[in-house]
Amino acid sequence: MRTRNDDGFRGYDTNCRFPPQEVVAVTVAVVQFGGSNCDRDAVRALSHLGVDAERVWHEDGLPEDTEGIVVPGGFSYGDYLRAGAMAAHSPIMNAVRDAAADGVPVLGVCNGAQIGCEAGLTPGAFTTNASARFQCEYVHLRIENADTPWTAAYDEGEIVSVPIAHGEGRFEIANDRYDDLVADDRVLFRYCDADGNVTDDANPNGSKGNVAGILGQRETVAVLMPHPERASLPDLNRSVDGRGILQVFG
Amino acid sequence: MMTYTVTVTVRLKRGVLDPEAETTKRALERLGFELEALRSADRFEVDLDADSASAAADRADEMAERLLANPTIHDYNVEVEGEDPE
Repeated sequence: MRTRNDDGFRGYDTNCRFPPQEVVAVTVAVVQFGGSNCDRDAVRALSHLGVDAERVWHEDGLPEDTEGIVVPGGFSYGDYLRAGAMAAHSPIMNAVRDAAADGVPVLGVCNGAQIGCEAGLTPGAFTTNASARFQCEYVHLRIENADTPWTAAYDEGEIVSVPIAHGEGRFEIANDRYDDLVADDRVLFRYCDADGNVTDDANPNGSKGNVAGILGQRETVAVLMPHPERASLPDLNRSVDGRGILQVFG
Repeated sequence: MMTYTVTVTVRLKRGVLDPEAETTKRALERLGFELEALRSADRFEVDLDADSASAAADRADEMAERLLANPTIHDYNVEVEGEDPE
């Protein structure tokens, strides 16, 4: 947490836990692992939308009254082995899986998307960008299926502008499973150009089918590599197109 | 029980793009080497106690399935060092 002491020094507490707070009713749990770095952004964006959101340190487990879960971006466990591999096997993910099975909305963003795939919440894998580089830029996404809780705020075919920031965001999946994903309408977003054309040039990381975000087995579980929480605050973000994705928690 | 060293090699499935290997290949070419292709792999050496080499291999197999490899993009193989006692 960020601290400011009497002489105005601002620094970061080396202990990643939060101070104990009187949390009466946590609505959305934003799961923080060591190395998460978008947890605060997610809480702030959700709060801006009027959603009661709290960071939850992974070792503390999910609060009993959790009504929504965000697995935020970052570099959990330093991306050891593969991005998301370690966090996917941490005990809190069993609780996340159980909650997801009970219909609690679960959103994985960026590293959270990598964790979601590694944990089997969603199919496929997000691996090294085709460029082999970390890419941090605004991209255009085309809404592929507006008939889900995550995309209900948009129209099918609508083009939104949301930033990405990842080195391992290339969506990979076996061809037959990809065909199933498309046939089941579980592709939520594809990278596209400003006019909505899904082209190789508009594909920032070499993802199969330009896929940027998908649904899990249930439509209440979704992951995406772009950052909706970084496109939600009018004072900070050049786009607020990401808000619609977070509104599922509202 | 005997201690075995099991080597798990994890590599990308054929056909899955390996941008890091491509970059490494280009770097080698810049150094003047001529090469047709380059593939990279992760190798894990695990020391563990087991009743037999096949039991050790089974354990390592499970490790690969559950964590060391991601079946969506990886193939892996398991080799056990040392013979079973007669």
